[in-house]
Amino acid sequence: MKKLMSGNAAAGEAAVLAGCTCYFGYPITPQNELTEYMAKRVPEAGGVFIQSESEIAAINMVLGASVAGARAMTSSSGPGISLKQEGISYLAADELPAVILNMVRGGPGMGNISPAQSDYLQATRGGGHGDYRTIVLAPSSVQEIADLMPLAFDLAEKYRNPVVVLGDGMLGQMMEPVEFDHIKKPEPVAKDYILTGAKGRPSRMVRSLIFDVKEQEEHNWKLARKFQRIEQNEVRYETHLVDDAELVVIAYGTAARIAKGAIARLRQEGLKVGMIRPITLWPFPTKIIQETSKTIHDFFVFEMSAGQLVEDVKLSLEGKGRVHFYGRPGGVIPTPVELFRIISRHCYQIQRVKKS
Amino acid sequence: MKKVYSRPKSLKPAHFHYCPGCGHSIVNRLIAEVIDEMNLGDKIICVAPAGCGMLIYNYFDVDCLESAHGRGAAVATGIKRVRPDNLVVSYQGDGDLAAIGTAESFHAANRGENITIIFVNNGVYGMTGGQMAPTTILDQVTTTTPVGRISEKAGHPVRMCEVLAVLDGTSYLERVAVHKPAAIVATKKALVKAFQHQMNKTGFSMVEILSPCPTNWKMDPLQACKWVEDVMSKQFPIGLVKEVQC
Repeated sequence: MKKLMSGNAAAGEAAVLAGCTCYFGYPITPQNELTEYMAKRVPEAGGVFIQSESEIAAINMVLGASVAGARAMTSSSGPGISLKQEGISYLAADELPAVILNMVRGGPGMGNISPAQSDYLQATRGGGHGDYRTIVLAPSSVQEIADLMPLAFDLAEKYRNPVVVLGDGMLGQMMEPVEFDHIKKPEPVAKDYILTGAKGRPSRMVRSLIFDVKEQEEHNWKLARKFQRIEQNEVRYETHLVDDAELVVIAYGTAARIAKGAIARLRQEGLKVGMIRPITLWPFPTKIIQETSKTIHDFFVFEMSAGQLVEDVKLSLEGKGRVHFYGRPGGVIPTPVELFRIISRHCYQIQRVKKS
Repeated sequence: MKKVYSRPKSLKPAHFHYCPGCGHSIVNRLIAEVIDEMNLGDKIICVAPAGCGMLIYNYFDVDCLESAHGRGAAVATGIKRVRPDNLVVSYQGDGDLAAIGTAESFHAANRGENITIIFVNNGVYGMTGGQMAPTTILDQVTTTTPVGRISEKAGHPVRMCEVLAVLDGTSYLERVAVHKPAAIVATKKALVKAFQHQMNKTGFSMVEILSPCPTNWKMDPLQACKWVEDVMSKQFPIGLVKEVQC
């Protein structure tokens, strides 16, 4: 049965259904509805909810709950996510699962509470100190939030690594019909790394301090090998009308949603535009972009930032193809009509160049 | 021959890294003795801090987590809420607990989390080389207070037991020391009491332990013990600060 819910509330419901028993959070707009939803829902389901004294405390409570064996999450937006980076780095170093949801707002600094995609680089490059990555999932609808939350917990446990779900203020606040029937409670898995009190087994320690540089290097390589496995196995993306396209838009999340509207208008005008929508921002869908560049030479990156995703597109293309960019930072939400105008201009220019 | 003294079962056969005359090694041994005597080895989960106490997981043969600097009370909260039947103990120094981790400590205490903090107060940042700590007393010379701590510029030493005592969530707060045999005996009793408070779920418990740091105080071990007695314990009065019915 479908329910009408905000993205924030849907994220919470999906998390609980996926076996999340611990939520720790601190108020920040535009994700407060999630904290409020969890305040009621998690205790009802027999779990732990704490409104923490800070974002730093929240992520460390997540770490504690995770090392104790629970599926735990926290959520925030830009400024609060910056504070959580310390804990995320420790989670990655300790190889502990956790889910962190970021409903991104305009920044830097205090910025504003409008939707933005300005935390792309922070999310995809690790964000905190040290050599590590977080898996980054980017939903583009309320339904997809509900679909990706269980995956976030599964991947976090599978790879013992923090997973970031990167939304934005629009996805958090927007209400859409959403279905949860497909979410199954996870089977309990034995975790041989958690701390339960050393009953009937040798004592365990979970730490990230490794004084010996060779040992630390080996730990880094071990993490790097894990990140390679993730890159091989976990890339997710959606293609939309790419087959006959002359120009391919690359956009994620809310921007991809807007782009889809623009593409419908462009197609009406007879302009062959398609889209690749990364669902995992890290690992990035490099291969499909490379494949596409064999037949299509023009790529149009659209994002609600001053240019972050565009770096990964350029890295993927390795100098091949032409990368056009349109960004709206600062919490501005462009309309499909605006994007239609910008892209059509590029399309006509490409056609002119082709003719000449 | 009768064995009268041996390594507690909960202590691994490892060499302490602590400096000669450091109080940490006494505190570590006391904790291990209490774990053995109260039969908590399979129940306790320890949280190690950043600082001189960091390597306790190399010594305690029990489940241990290393926390980020100052976050001990927050990670202990996460563990305890998931595993309320375990005994969760966070081992922290003065910089960890009362500077970078003040918010986490204060709010865990205020929520009345059923956790125990063992707070080793030696008045300096030991591991980083003897900088001023929140508990450095006035006029005390450290590497960052080269002419002594001056309140107008560097504030006053923080009495954490007294700070936390005003919070309704705290159940047991006692200040002890490890500079002389009688004090060591009292410290062990305080540890037992704190663990009992946690097991009875009466709220937040903390044992603050005044501990000599001869290396960073630039004293020999005997002078350091004397300094705890003559100077430090005047600023941080030894004794029970708060106890609710256990």
